[in-house]
Amino acid sequence: MTVVLPVVGLLAIIGLWWLATIVFGIESFLVPSPVDVVSSFVELPGYLLEQSLVTLWETVLGFLLSIVVGVPLALMIVGSKVLERMFYPLLVALNAVPKVAIAPVFVVWFGFGIESKVLLIVLVCVFPVVISTASGMKSTPHELVELLRSLDATRRQEFFKLRFLYALPQVFVGLKVAISLAVIGAVIAEFIGARAGLGYVISQSGASADTSLAFAAMSLLAVMSIMLFYGLAYIERRALPWAEEHRGMT
Amino acid sequence: MISLRQVTKVFDGGAGAVHSLAGVDLEVGAHEFVAVIGRSGCGKSTLLRLIAGLLAPTEGRITVAGEPVTKPRRDVSFMFQRPALLPWRSVLSNVLLPVEIFGLDRREGRDRARLLLDLVGLGGFEERLPHELSGGMQQRVSLCRSLIQSPEVMLMDEPFSALDAMTRTELSEELQRVQMELPRTVVFVTHSIEEAVVLADRIVVLSPRPGRVHRVVDVTAPRPRALGRADLDQVSRDLRVLLSEVTG
Ligand SMILES: Nc1ncnc2c1ncn2[C@@H]1O[C@H](COP(=O)(O)OP(=O)(O)OP(=O)(O)O)[C@@H](O)[C@H]1O
Ligand SMILES: [Mg+2]
Repeated sequence: MTVVLPVVGLLAIIGLWWLATIVFGIESFLVPSPVDVVSSFVELPGYLLEQSLVTLWETVLGFLLSIVVGVPLALMIVGSKVLERMFYPLLVALNAVPKVAIAPVFVVWFGFGIESKVLLIVLVCVFPVVISTASGMKSTPHELVELLRSLDATRRQEFFKLRFLYALPQVFVGLKVAISLAVIGAVIAEFIGARAGLGYVISQSGASADTSLAFAAMSLLAVMSIMLFYGLAYIERRALPWAEEHRGMT
Repeated sequence: MISLRQVTKVFDGGAGAVHSLAGVDLEVGAHEFVAVIGRSGCGKSTLLRLIAGLLAPTEGRITVAGEPVTKPRRDVSFMFQRPALLPWRSVLSNVLLPVEIFGLDRREGRDRARLLLDLVGLGGFEERLPHELSGGMQQRVSLCRSLIQSPEVMLMDEPFSALDAMTRTELSEELQRVQMELPRTVVFVTHSIEEAVVLADRIVVLSPRPGRVHRVVDVTAPRPRALGRADLDQVSRDLRVLLSEVTG
């Protein structure tokens, strides 16, 4: 049932889209019909899959790197009032900078290769990771902290046996936001300066008015986003079977 | 076992100092069950936290087993109003938390945990997660977690107050049974006169703002006790009068 309804919804939208292109006689270079999109995929399946893999690799790499950077950063901020005062405003400011504006600078600094893409993705993703981890670390209920104190637990035990685990559901909230942003970040980076990837395909097809190809690439991006998001949700459910019910309880 | 001498606790809050306790004297003998009763905010939880070493007194001396309290002791357990279970841990591993924190032998701890869970009627629930249990069952797990410390002293802060009346009666009967089988020194904070009367050897009535010992009432009725006995009813009536004095 959980799979059937979204699929029905998707089919309905595609049906309406198809109908619209026929009824209103829209030119395919403006809005291609689903058939055009599928056929432009069928023409170049190998090429498009290859480009998808490039974007996927950048996305996953950038996402993982933003965890590696973001989680320790959040722990530092939570652990020290001084560090929080020093870096939190900076982080907020950094997040406020339009990423589209930074992308060309990254290309100048790091070139057309994967580095500029991954770094832009990190820049986009790290904020939600930091915020959610930090707020998760601060959400430990007072009574649980007091329980560990009453057992004379060390700070280390308090961290590993309580605070960190308690923060994980919150961390996943941030990760799910981040994974969607990561795909967007990858596309922006590829738009600005790249030689491969789905974003590159889209910008190239725009130049040659091959709208069907652009739509095919966008569809692949959508599929990728969905797979990454639900993959993460699946990992969360497996890793934290207690989280959903517990949240429902409190 | 526990001794408080002229204990005063003042909190320096943002809106001025709060005098939580003032000049409290209290002696609790080994294996004695003392209930503490009083109005909300009269310092009952503060009293327990001081004995537990979670707070330091502003003035006065507190000793447990003859030693001054400077930090939480392993032979003193604390049970909270809410079960305070770790949601990702199974029932068994929640009970084992103190064993892990103290770095004791896990195999032996596991055997003892199973025995304790059986004792409170939770045999067969070892692998469940807390959210799969009712409030009463969760609080029983919390009781087992206290007991696995083999505490000399058990401090209990309104442990049954979040439960419905029936579960509450059930659990206080159970606690009475546990106390008869494995006697400990207990300080038990409650709002409920009935609970105090059934469980306690002595009942301390606190007066509020700042908290002082208003009166200590002995309960001599034989055990096991159940509500509705004439001698217990008399004590309950006395307590009700005492409580109305301290509120007036
Ligand atoms: N950490 C704290 N900081 C400041 N004031 C506190 C703190 N803990 C308790 N107090 C104050 O001390 C007084 C006694 O609090 P305490 O929690 O001991 O009361 P209580 O008798 O347990 O109340 P209740 O029956 O509602 O649990 C209250 O006025 C409270 O505001
Ligand atoms: Mg209290």
